[in-house]
Amino acid sequence: METWNRFVFTFFNADIAWRYWPTIVEGLWVTIAAGLLVVVTGVTCGMLLASLRTLGIRALNIPIILFVDIFRALPPLAIILVIFFGLPNVGIVLPSLVVLWTSLGAVLAAFSEEVFWAGITSVPPGQWMASRSTGMTFGQTLFHVILPQAVKLAIPPLTNRTISITKNLALGSAIGVNEILGQANSALSMSSNATPLTMGAFLYVLVFAPLILASRMLERRYQWGGH
Amino acid sequence: MLMSSSPVASQGFLLEALQIRKTFGQTEVLKGVDLQVKAGELVFLIGPSGSGKSTLLRCCNRLEEPTGGTLKLNGTDLLARSTDINEMRRKIGMVFQSFNLYPHLTVIGNVTLALRKVMKMPKAEADARAIENLKLVGMAEKALSYPSQLSGGQQQRVGIARSLALNPMMILMDEPTSALDPELVDSVLEVIKSLRDRGMTMVIASHEMNFARNAADRVVFLENGLVVESGTAEQIFTNAQHERTRQFLRQVRH
Ligand SMILES: Nc1ncnc2c1ncn2[C@@H]1O[C@H](COP(=O)(O)OP(=O)(O)OP(=O)(O)O)[C@@H](O)[C@H]1O
Ligand SMILES: [Mg+2]
Repeated sequence: METWNRFVFTFFNADIAWRYWPTIVEGLWVTIAAGLLVVVTGVTCGMLLASLRTLGIRALNIPIILFVDIFRALPPLAIILVIFFGLPNVGIVLPSLVVLWTSLGAVLAAFSEEVFWAGITSVPPGQWMASRSTGMTFGQTLFHVILPQAVKLAIPPLTNRTISITKNLALGSAIGVNEILGQANSALSMSSNATPLTMGAFLYVLVFAPLILASRMLERRYQWGGH
Repeated sequence: MLMSSSPVASQGFLLEALQIRKTFGQTEVLKGVDLQVKAGELVFLIGPSGSGKSTLLRCCNRLEEPTGGTLKLNGTDLLARSTDINEMRRKIGMVFQSFNLYPHLTVIGNVTLALRKVMKMPKAEADARAIENLKLVGMAEKALSYPSQLSGGQQQRVGIARSLALNPMMILMDEPTSALDPELVDSVLEVIKSLRDRGMTMVIASHEMNFARNAADRVVFLENGLVVESGTAEQIFTNAQHERTRQFLRQVRH
C-alpha cells in the first residue's frame, strides 16, 4: 500500500497537476502549431519533389535523391543540433521553433518524397498513355490522373511516417522550444515530481489520437469502387 | 453544291505514315513501315506477337516518338516542331487492350476529363457530351459507376466513348478485345461495327480474324517491323501472295 501511495503521489499528484497545467497547456499549443507547420510543409515539399522527379531530368533528380537519402539517414536530433548550433557560426541565427520546424519539415519532405515517388511509379504506364492520348499535357496528366492514384497508395505509409516524425517535436525541448515535453520537463525540475510528465504524455495522446483517426478515415475515403 | 476541297479529298489519305522507324536502344522494332488510311476506312493490323503493331499505333500519335519517317494527319505534319501534338492527339482517339480507364474517376468522369481540361468545356456541356457518347456505346446507365464495378466489355466500351467524345478524326485501337472473356467480345465488336457504319476511320490491331473478314476494308500484315503484305480483307484472307502471310493466318485460325 505504501508503494502504491508513493506511486500515485509521484505520477498522479492532483496538487501538482493543478499548479502546472496552464504551463503544460501552453506547450500543447506550441506542439500543435509546430506540428501543423511540419506536416503541411513536409508533405507539400515531398509531393513537389516527387512531381519534379517525374520530369526525368538528371540535373534535377540527382540533388533530389541526395537530399532524400541524406535526410532519411540522419537522426532528426542530429539535424536539429547542427542547424541550431552550427548555423550561428556562419551568421545565421534562427529562432529555435524555426529550427525545429525546418529540420523536421525536411525529414518529412524526404520520407514523403520517397512514398509519393513509390506511389507514382506504381501507377501503370497505361494511365499516362490513356491520358496523353486524349491531348492532356504532362502536367495535367500528372495532376489529374497520376497523383490522385499515387496519393491513394501513399496515404497509409505516409500517415505512419507523419506520425512518427511529428513525434520528434519533443526533441524541440533540447533546443529550448516550449512544446509539451519542454514545458513538462521544466515543471518536473521545479516541482521535483513526475506528474507533469504524466500530463505531457496524456496531451501527446490527445494530439496524436485524432491524427491516427483522421488517417483511418482518409484511408476509407480513398477506397473508391471497393477494391 | 460544291464540295469544299479538303486536304483529305485532294490527297486521298487521312492518316499518312511513311517509312516509320522506331529503335529501342539497339533493336530496331519498326524498319520503315508505311500506313496510309483513307477517311472512313477500317484498317486491320495483324501480325505475330512482337511484330511491332502496338509500337506502330503509338507512333501514329507520338506516344512513342518515331526515330524516322513522316507522319501526317489530314495534311498536318505531326512530326513538325511547330505542330502542337496535344492539339493533334485529341483528333486521334486511342483505345487500349487493358482499357486504361482512370480508376479514381466515375465513368462520366473518365469521359469528361479531357473535355474539361483539354477542350475547356463547361461542366454541364461536357456532361451532356459524355452522356451522348456513352449512349452510343450503351453505357449511359453506368455513368456514375466506377471502372472497377464494370465488366471488361463494359470498361472497353467506356474506353471507346472516352475517345469518341473528343470528336476525333480517327481512332487507333490496340487489341481492343483480347483482354476480354469470350462472351464479352461481341458487345465490343458490335460497337466497333456501329462506328464503322457511321463512317469513323479506324486502325485496329487485333486477332479477331472473323471480324476482320466481315468488317475490315483493308488488312495490313506486319512482321519483324516490316509490312509483309497489305490488301483488301478478301485478298489477304483468300488469296494472300506471301507464304509467310498464309502461314500466319493458318496459325491464328486455331
Ligand atoms: N519500350 C520498349 N522498350 C524496348 N523494347 C520495346 C519497347 N516496346 C516494345 N518493345 C519491343 O518492340 C517489339 C515490338 O513490340 P510491340 O509491342 O509493338 O509488338 P506487338 O506486335 O504489339 O506484339 P503483341 O501482339 O504481343 O502485342 C517487341 O520485341 C518488344 O519487345
Ligand atoms: Mg501489342
